[in-house]
Amino acid sequence: MSSASSVNTDAKPSSGSTRAKPANKFEAAADWTDGRLGIYSLARANLRKIFPDHWSFMLGEICLYSFVIIILTGVYLTLFFKPSMAEVVYHGPYAPLDGIKMSEAYASTMNISFEVRGGLLIRQIHHWAALVFVAAMLVHMMRVFFTGAFRKPREINWVFGFLLLVLGMFDGFFGYSLPDDLLSGTGIRFMEGAILAVPLVGTYIQMFLFGGEFPGTDIVPRFFTIHVLLIPGIMLGLLVAHLILVFYHKHTQWAGPGKTEKNVVGMPLMPVYMAKAGGFFFLVFGIIAAISAIATINPIWAYGPYRPDQVSTDAQPDWYMGFSEGLIRVMPGWEVRALGHTLNLGVFIPLMIFPLVLVAIAVYPFIEGWITGDKREHHILDRPRNAPVRTALGAAWISEYLVLLIGGGNDLFATHFHLSLNSITYFVRAGFFVVPVVVFFITKRWCLGLQRRDKDKVLHGRETGVIKRLPHGEFVEVHAQLPQDKLYKYVAHEQQQPVAIPAQVDENGVERKVGRLEKTRAKLSQGYFGEGGQIPKPTAEEHHEITSGHGHH
Amino acid sequence: MKKLSARRRHPLAALVVLLLALAATGGLYAAFAPAEKAQADSSAQSLAIDEGKKLFAVGCSSCHGLNGQGSSDGPSLVGVGSAAVDFQVGTGRMPAQQPGAQVPRKKVAYSQTEIDQLAAFVASLGPGPVTPTKDQYTSTDPNNVSKGGELFRTNCAQCHNFAGQGGALTRGKFAPSLDGVDAKHIYEAMQTGPQNMPSFPDTTMPEEQKKQIVAFVRHTTNDEPNPGGLALGSLGPVTEGLFGWIFGLGALIAVAIWVAAHTTKAKKS
Amino acid sequence: MSHDIPEEKLPEAHDASHGHEVAEHGDPFADPGLPAHEPRRTDIDERAAKRAERQVSLMFIVSMLATIGFIASYVIFPIDKIIYVFPLGHISALNFALGLTLGVALFCIGAGAVHWARTLMSDVEMPAERHPIEADDEVRNDVIEQFKTGAAESGFGRRKMLRNTLIGSMALVPLSGVVLLRDLGPLPEKKLDHTNWIEATEAKPIQLINMNTNQPMKAEDIEVGSLTFAKPEGLEESDEDFQQRIAKDALMLVRIAPEDIKDAKSRDLGFEGVLAYSKICTHVGCPISLYEQQTHHALCPCHQSTFDLSDGARVIFGPAGHPLPQLKITTDEKGFLVATGDFAEPVGPSFWERS
Repeated sequence: MSSASSVNTDAKPSSGSTRAKPANKFEAAADWTDGRLGIYSLARANLRKIFPDHWSFMLGEICLYSFVIIILTGVYLTLFFKPSMAEVVYHGPYAPLDGIKMSEAYASTMNISFEVRGGLLIRQIHHWAALVFVAAMLVHMMRVFFTGAFRKPREINWVFGFLLLVLGMFDGFFGYSLPDDLLSGTGIRFMEGAILAVPLVGTYIQMFLFGGEFPGTDIVPRFFTIHVLLIPGIMLGLLVAHLILVFYHKHTQWAGPGKTEKNVVGMPLMPVYMAKAGGFFFLVFGIIAAISAIATINPIWAYGPYRPDQVSTDAQPDWYMGFSEGLIRVMPGWEVRALGHTLNLGVFIPLMIFPLVLVAIAVYPFIEGWITGDKREHHILDRPRNAPVRTALGAAWISEYLVLLIGGGNDLFATHFHLSLNSITYFVRAGFFVVPVVVFFITKRWCLGLQRRDKDKVLHGRETGVIKRLPHGEFVEVHAQLPQDKLYKYVAHEQQQPVAIPAQVDENGVERKVGRLEKTRAKLSQGYFGEGGQIPKPTAEEHHEITSGHGHH
Repeated sequence: MKKLSARRRHPLAALVVLLLALAATGGLYAAFAPAEKAQADSSAQSLAIDEGKKLFAVGCSSCHGLNGQGSSDGPSLVGVGSAAVDFQVGTGRMPAQQPGAQVPRKKVAYSQTEIDQLAAFVASLGPGPVTPTKDQYTSTDPNNVSKGGELFRTNCAQCHNFAGQGGALTRGKFAPSLDGVDAKHIYEAMQTGPQNMPSFPDTTMPEEQKKQIVAFVRHTTNDEPNPGGLALGSLGPVTEGLFGWIFGLGALIAVAIWVAAHTTKAKKS
Repeated sequence: MSHDIPEEKLPEAHDASHGHEVAEHGDPFADPGLPAHEPRRTDIDERAAKRAERQVSLMFIVSMLATIGFIASYVIFPIDKIIYVFPLGHISALNFALGLTLGVALFCIGAGAVHWARTLMSDVEMPAERHPIEADDEVRNDVIEQFKTGAAESGFGRRKMLRNTLIGSMALVPLSGVVLLRDLGPLPEKKLDHTNWIEATEAKPIQLINMNTNQPMKAEDIEVGSLTFAKPEGLEESDEDFQQRIAKDALMLVRIAPEDIKDAKSRDLGFEGVLAYSKICTHVGCPISLYEQQTHHALCPCHQSTFDLSDGARVIFGPAGHPLPQLKITTDEKGFLVATGDFAEPVGPSFWERS
């Protein structure tokens, strides 16, 4: 930056710059802009910036592009949507609701769906893109998790991403609540009940949020402001910060020949990634538009307008709130009444577990960083199998999430698989505690098995499918030594050693205090990297011994 | 079903029911025995009852008792009325195949004539809701759909879902889907409250309103287009979520794999 | 045994990596370095490149045509035109045409650009160096020194009074914003404790009005096994506060043979077996009304709390914490069902101040 600005000091005479005459109009325009914005130094660092190629690195792009699509279509929808709960009687083209009383919010959504040409399409693109947005964020987050891409220096960017996920979930909730249809009204009613369950301040928050008793006439306009202004504004800020950090840190890469912690191997932004990433935006938009042409989402006309005394079964939130729905559905109805107060644990406990489920994954990078004590930067990704405990924890978290999703859809599982609703609920109650533990151990063993297979491949080569008869009659399959680039892929990772359990006695034989925290950390470290935590990598000596002909298996 | 309401105990109720049953079975009897049209209604009725009794003895009495008084395997049918028989047998629920949380809809085992005979016999056991006539459940007023929709959302959608797709009840029981259910059977279900469904008698839901609900259900399950495309079962956000993950994110990831994949190298020759 | 396999079985492609000499007895696990670039068909065959160029252009042309199609669809199809498309069913012609043409127009731009990048732009992978994020010690010490100088010059640490009053004012100023939020809504007071049935008294009872017919009901209208919903007399759908009132006042009426009612108190609150329960679930307030007339269980469609209506609406399953409140009903002189007072307890979800 400094060099560019020093060239363009205003002290220069009228010619304005010492720079040579630009070769053409384009260069002239670029020079003009550089004189004001200093774009050259910025562009030098970024125009040919290298990005590695892997499909899983594009998940974040799906999030980014669906967010852009949501903003574009959302702005269009605000041109027609009326965030008002004033009552009107419907006399629009949709006959099955003719003469029905409804709020203006609902009536204007009907108008968008049935009278604005293309309005239904834009509504559906907006909503489908929202579902895909949150789904892609979750998958993106899992990719980052399982490859260890959250390690130093990217922990803060992980937190930014996590906040984007949570805000995206809530903005989705506020968004689908706006049309004031029977389903979304039921969701708002649930939210009211959940707020009331908060001890001490619940009733106050409820009254202030709704402007009085449920449902009142304020909630839709207030949600509207939150949905279109407050949350998207914060998300936009976080998104920009997230992207700046991605550029600043440079992308992580898979281990492979020529790839080190000190470089990034790939193709340049200009032109390859401008075409690929830019083109991907259109691909994402195109696919979501096509989906919106063929599949209905949120048919508010079929739900009917909201009335607090009406309800339809299959009352579920959009999928990303499904796990909280599961928590709420399977919680036993505990309620404590004492000293003139009621504590509605049946709602309050799920309300507290809900953020815990999310925070558990959000804080993981810091926990792992503390256990490993690793202060180095990491730019080479871990293969999930090479971090068995982390991978198993992630799988356990996903299984917990899925169990809760089943809980959230228990009525549909009951009807479509001919099961008892109650049995599913009992299963989820037990599964909440059991399934993640089982999944943890299975996944960890699985990873270790894969590590053994890798080791086998390195030491004994790959199976060729050629069967050979040995002189003494035994049949063996011929193994082919792996080429060096493949070999490198299997052995490039480093294996961490566990932190030693601190000695109770120092070198002089004097007893010393070992903090409980320190001991816990050492134990966890043993669990991560000790015996049973990983299979020792093959060494060059082992390899040499076997390949030089002594290593019959 | 087991208890008689106060109104049903009215001394004149039996007569009213008998007259209505006569009217209902008369038309069908005409189809059944057109040559004997000259015969008196009363004998037609008693003939139907007799035929029904024979059918009942073969097909129903093992659970409901020879005279429909009920047993440990099946409830008493005294006072359930012809509408209940027409619904239960006409939708194939009766005769029941096996015990379970709920008797499901299945292939109908009897012809409509036989069903009418069975209904006449059961109706003769005690007064109850009468099989509706076509006028009662056929709606001509187009406004009935929206009126029926409002009633449906108040009275029915909580179990049968906003689009009549059904839903779960406790312990394996369920409110069935209303897809493809005859208008008459929808009407009868409201009249009689089959199995665990509550009844919506004329005293609290007049005939006209039942007709409106039938009009709405028929519209929403049969005639209603899905302007936005695939309805995804009309089950709300769960199937939308599944679709979004599988076809939305699935397609996007498939495309991402193509975008990021290395282009095929030219083989060395 | 692997060394028995002749080298030529291996794919030729790997020969490239052998360019980086790995000493016979050197480290077999060493990084062989970036493989040499291999050309694509389009790199070495001008005809293939031309073909790729045509393919890309074709996609861009298809996109243009699709956009024209979009505009044409917008003009041609009436918004209410329904067509049958297998397997989608009867759908809006306009939505389908607009969505597909827009989808194709966008997709083809993207596909063209990506195909261009994949076939015609260079695919030589190149390394770029990373630089450590951390500043070196010299920079670090310099910054800390500068900060210290600045801090000392400000006198922030030295002049305690200055510092403390600044912190005080900064801490207080957001309170204005908090105060301004006060008028978001009223205080809860006792609003949640009562429903509008409270207006009913012994002297001036309020009739139960059938939601369907908008008429009062007699006890004999409610049959055993039937389900009826009711609202208080005087509450009309056209009322401005209808939504707010029905959210608390809605009733679910069932009739259970008195001998089947297990809870004596519940039987007394009813009238000849007609029981009037709040329709609002005590869990989080959904209108609970999935009534199983044989088991007398009422299930909430939202979270499956199950109440036994023959036993004082006791919770027998699910997350609700207490029974549905029951409204005491009787009949007036004309025989219509009436309430003579409010529920004995607040309806709907529980809250902290609920005693």
